[in-house]
Amino acid sequence: MVAITINGERRDVAAEPDKPLLWVLREDLALVGTKFGCGVAACGACTVHVDGQAMRSCSVLLEQVAGREVVTIEGLGGERLHAVQMAWIELQVPQCGYCQPGFMMATAALLKEKPKPTDAEIDAALTNICRCGTYQSIRKAVHRAAALTEARR
Amino acid sequence: MKFMRRKLIIGGTLSTGALVVGWWFAHERDRLGGRDTFKARDGEVALNGWVKVSRSGTIIVAAPRAEMGQGIHTALAALVAEEMDAKWEDVRVEDAADLGIYRNVEMLLEDARAQDPGLMRDIALWAGSRVAGILGVSATGGSTATRDAWEPMRLAGASARELLLRAAARKAGVKQADLMIVDSRVSTRDGKQVATFGELVDAVGKLQPLDGVPVKKPADFKLIGKELPRLDVAAKVTGTATFGVDVRLPDMLYAAIANSPVFGGKPKGFTIPTGGLPKGVVKVVELPTAIAVVGDSWWKAQRYLNEQLKIQWDDGPNAKLDSATLMRDYEAQSRAVGDAAKTRSFQTAPVAQRPMERGIEATYRAPYLAHATMEPMNCTALFVDGRLRLWMPNQSPSLMRYVAAKTAEIDQAQVTIHTTYLGGGFGRRAEPDLVRQAVAIAKAVPGKPVQVMWSREEDMRHDFYRPMAVARMQARASKEAAWEWRCRLVGQSATGQFIDRVLRLGEQGDPDGNSVERPPYGFPSYRLEAVVPKGPVPVGFWRSVGHSHTAFFDECFLDEVALAMNKDPLALRRELLKDQPRHLAVLDAAAKAAGWGTPLASGIGRGIALRQSFGSIVAQVAEVAIEGGAIRVKRVVCAVDCGRVVNPAIVRAQMESGIVYGLSAALYGEITIKNGAVEQGNFPDYDVVRLADMPVIETVIVGSPDSPMGGVGEPGTPPIAPAVGNAIFALTGKRLRSLPFKLA
Repeated sequence: MVAITINGERRDVAAEPDKPLLWVLREDLALVGTKFGCGVAACGACTVHVDGQAMRSCSVLLEQVAGREVVTIEGLGGERLHAVQMAWIELQVPQCGYCQPGFMMATAALLKEKPKPTDAEIDAALTNICRCGTYQSIRKAVHRAAALTEARR
Repeated sequence: MKFMRRKLIIGGTLSTGALVVGWWFAHERDRLGGRDTFKARDGEVALNGWVKVSRSGTIIVAAPRAEMGQGIHTALAALVAEEMDAKWEDVRVEDAADLGIYRNVEMLLEDARAQDPGLMRDIALWAGSRVAGILGVSATGGSTATRDAWEPMRLAGASARELLLRAAARKAGVKQADLMIVDSRVSTRDGKQVATFGELVDAVGKLQPLDGVPVKKPADFKLIGKELPRLDVAAKVTGTATFGVDVRLPDMLYAAIANSPVFGGKPKGFTIPTGGLPKGVVKVVELPTAIAVVGDSWWKAQRYLNEQLKIQWDDGPNAKLDSATLMRDYEAQSRAVGDAAKTRSFQTAPVAQRPMERGIEATYRAPYLAHATMEPMNCTALFVDGRLRLWMPNQSPSLMRYVAAKTAEIDQAQVTIHTTYLGGGFGRRAEPDLVRQAVAIAKAVPGKPVQVMWSREEDMRHDFYRPMAVARMQARASKEAAWEWRCRLVGQSATGQFIDRVLRLGEQGDPDGNSVERPPYGFPSYRLEAVVPKGPVPVGFWRSVGHSHTAFFDECFLDEVALAMNKDPLALRRELLKDQPRHLAVLDAAAKAAGWGTPLASGIGRGIALRQSFGSIVAQVAEVAIEGGAIRVKRVVCAVDCGRVVNPAIVRAQMESGIVYGLSAALYGEITIKNGAVEQGNFPDYDVVRLADMPVIETVIVGSPDSPMGGVGEPGTPPIAPAVGNAIFALTGKRLRSLPFKLA
């Protein structure tokens, strides 16, 4: 049993300690919003927050997050939509949508660190892959999410 | 041939063990369907085969095409909603059953239409229909979905509206002619509210769908042509959209797969290490060309496959297959004379018998490419009591059902396909390979659902690749005029192989319809040859198919012709398109928006390219820089004429999407084969465009609402590689004739 906090809820997980967090989420906790894309931390589809930091969950083991706080796309907004999700809807970002949870999680983490990122900072922080090519909308949506976050303060 | 466009329906009936292709003439209204075609749940009423209304006022539209990001659910629903005067916020879609009215008829004709008129086109129409007779039962591809749905779904909306009006008139005891509908509300023309759609569910009673109800005039459109919000965005933003890999069923097992690394190889056997199968691993299943490990966790199954199980492979006859050797062979074939599978010559004007003033010749190359959809290949199957259910992200439920039934040796009536959201398709998900594996594994664990998923490495190494190709391009021109255009293209045929490999119909003798395209340019003489080698490398439909490489060959070589004639690339294209007003308008729109001819910042080069594909014309201007020894595309201006536009936001999104997909191929994409196996395995060695590589893209939609409607899912891809290649030449003077572009 490994105890972790998932989306604000403490859970005891009966999986192998060396099972990657991605598969714990998808197979043991029925949280399938976090996606498998490459398994080698190259595409970012599996991005979640661990203690507020964006991490690629395919390459983080369960034992490494013991006692830590994990947030997934299902818990990103809490009761309401997160500013990032609102911006994503406003700019109609998703196409196939498979990579978008990872992009949104990476964006939310970026905005916590840099509330008003420049294009260069966005490019450097969001190295995820989208095969549908939604990048231009993503770039706009990141700026929009930054503005929405500021307005909410 | 024109009369056939709307009137000809080629129906394909797939029955176990036999393929029956039937032809008949029919009117669109034969696709209206009855009220029992679209299954109504409690509180819903079906108005015809395409639309239901619920008591709560939801308008539910049947969506028989796969949503793989191209926004098709939104576009199709808008066609019905428009004619019903429905409130867009109350519209949603539902997966349609695999029934005749939902057949994609347009797909049957698309390929043939691209041909030149005459006997070859007739043959292509026939050959294409052989494929489409199967794919076309219910399939998404060839950028055809909106074109196919344009008539039948608007007619269905108009019919539904009429039925609701009739019910409302009866209910309120007024004349139908005195009623109107705005935003799903029926009122009298003098403004008295009569009923909402939801309140008419019971009143519809036994009224039957009405045929032949006229559709709106375009001037009256309220939804078509507007940037309606997409129907799939909310689920995709909250992480609740169900893709194939997200299917979760009670007691579900997972299967990880090792395919024979060498194409055409098969397992000789496997050794389970002493101690037996570990906890959580249920079974090892030997398949014809792969080994499957079944477990209660995919991760455990994959780990066992990677680290424990010893598999012995029989590599078969292709153990020495090497793409570099194959490329040299293709190059030799491109220089040879004769032996073409298909040769086409055109003389549109007498060619002056004069000494060749300038002969231009070049050889172009394009590699194999993987699709690399973000969602790895998968299929979930449940086999119980002789019945089979499949949950799958796929582009052709009919084909999947056919293959599933054949594999399981049961009747097709015993097979149900549930199509989930597709985490990317791009043509890869028209292939039924996963069905064969999932059905075989499900039969080995009867009564338990099993989700088969490939690792990224399996996905990349066992794709159906964009064919590798070599083209020998030749032209004759003087300073004043271009005389002749020749292309001899060597490459496998995706369509030909598909027919043979999937449908077992044997080669049909007619290579790819679009492997060698006749450019729209007014060269007085054309000679186009297609050499179609057979080979063991699996090839398939990759976004824009043959155009993905032939546009690169044609449009870069045209710039070489312009250089030889000492003409500006845009100016030469304009001259050669003087009899093609639609093409010219698109070309001019792109050039104007890009500021062609205006000075650029130093270190930036500009290139242009144009391509007609899938019924639409697209021109792109790329601006390119070299930074730190790397090619950097800074800006792309894209002009598109796709005829009538249903949703401009989706058209723009598809242009951007097509450009990024093509740019990934132009800058990075290359699958190579050594010792019979693909060398690349994951994104680190098959890189793609990311945010840092992303150019600014500006899309201009060139309006021609009266032109035939074209597709938008694929036409954005072909022009980008040549536009970038031409820009690199403008900047560096270096003509790069091989993809992906490499400066050194």
